Amino acid sequence: MKPPPFTYHDPRSVDDAVALLSEKDNAKLLAGGQSLMPMLNMRFVLPDDVIDINRIEDLSYIRDDGDALVFGGMVRQRDIEFSGLVSQKIPLMKEAILNVGHRQTRTRGTYGGSMSHLDPSAELPTVSMAQDAIVSVRKKGGERDIAMADFPMGYMTPSFDLDEMVTEIRVPIWPEGHGYAFVEFARRHGDYAITSSAVLLDVADGGKITKASITVGGVGPSPLRVTAAEEGLAGETGSADLFTEIAEKCREIDAMEDVYAPAWYRQHLAAVLTRRALAKAYSRAVNGTEMNLR
Amino acid sequence: MSDRRTISVTINGETFEREVETRLTLSDFIRHECLLTGTHVGCEHGVCGACTILLNGQTARSCLMLAVQADGQEIRTVEGIAPNDQELHPLQQAFQDNHGLQCGYCTPGMLTTLLEFLEENPDPTEREVREAISGNLCRCTGYQGIVAAALDAAKRLQAGA
Ligand code: FES
Ligand code: FES
Repeated sequence: MKPPPFTYHDPRSVDDAVALLSEKDNAKLLAGGQSLMPMLNMRFVLPDDVIDINRIEDLSYIRDDGDALVFGGMVRQRDIEFSGLVSQKIPLMKEAILNVGHRQTRTRGTYGGSMSHLDPSAELPTVSMAQDAIVSVRKKGGERDIAMADFPMGYMTPSFDLDEMVTEIRVPIWPEGHGYAFVEFARRHGDYAITSSAVLLDVADGGKITKASITVGGVGPSPLRVTAAEEGLAGETGSADLFTEIAEKCREIDAMEDVYAPAWYRQHLAAVLTRRALAKAYSRAVNGTEMNLR
Repeated sequence: MSDRRTISVTINGETFEREVETRLTLSDFIRHECLLTGTHVGCEHGVCGACTILLNGQTARSCLMLAVQADGQEIRTVEGIAPNDQELHPLQQAFQDNHGLQCGYCTPGMLTTLLEFLEENPDPTEREVREAISGNLCRCTGYQGIVAAALDAAKRLQAGA
């Protein structure tokens, strides 16, 4: 297994990278390479040009903008894992990142790369969906922002054009003390999840839920917000019964089917994992002991 | 017509300068160009961990990098673990003493992975060790000997330090 022949480019700036992208018809951007390199080795992709963006230096920042953390597209998954800012401001991402592959792959894998590859069960897109992230993409002579809700166009297909590249991801921060939980089921630690659930809860004094975000990964063609379930939580006080009832809504999602898991099983997992995530997030928000849920 | 470049990569302290095809993977560069065949190649798509090397001190899969991407970087392979030709590193010695290998195919990846892990976590639990090697497949040992070796190595390294 060897990559097919291609012409290699290693631009030093985003401008140079997008200029190449617009000029070359059959080019692939090489970010962390944890998905593209296997595809090249197996010759699933046959690009004429590979544009390696690892030598672009100014895409590796994590910045605190007050109401959001802003990530350069080439921030490594390992940087996220060890970022104090991330664990403090976006604890959901910290919890999720430990499920992204293994230490060896997180060294190279990038945030922008995960977003562009958009595997339906990848953790970073699922977290981005949960947090209502905004993705900035650039092409020659133009830049635009895409809200996470509009970012997936279909199975492994983000809505940006072939001559555009992800440069930045802006992740809004939830209020201090919010509840969060990322729960997933995979065949083996570090594998792609069969199904995952990401929950964020804002809880007022007295235990009333004021805001909820529920996202399931690996069920639909891309990470999905379960709005029906979110609506059922607003204004309610958390309880095991409530969370069990709300999580059942995940069984109504139109689920994918493949050799690993039938649709009904993914729906079942989505309901079970969401129930657990809701309980965990709620307990964290009210600083209580973990709710006793199976 | 093939796209070639001259690169210079430091491996275990020695600098290798070679002209290579840009599509050459780093694992093949290490094995075929530098003739350091200690690094093994199992799956060539990032699943087995046999090809794990240390890239600027951090473990990475060498089958998922192009050799050109390592231009100017520092790499450590399994050959760079032992202090000299006569002695083994305590981690390697622990592998030998605890039956941490049978065929040895996974061993270079296990060693590089555990080397980094034990530096960061000098006193790990069994569970932590298992998680640390979850990206490395072994088809022989059933992992018991590897886990025992890692825990034993942690003790030896702490005693030595
Ligand atoms: S050969 Fe690189 S991970 Fe298997
Ligand atoms: S010892 Fe044979 S694969 Fe691990």
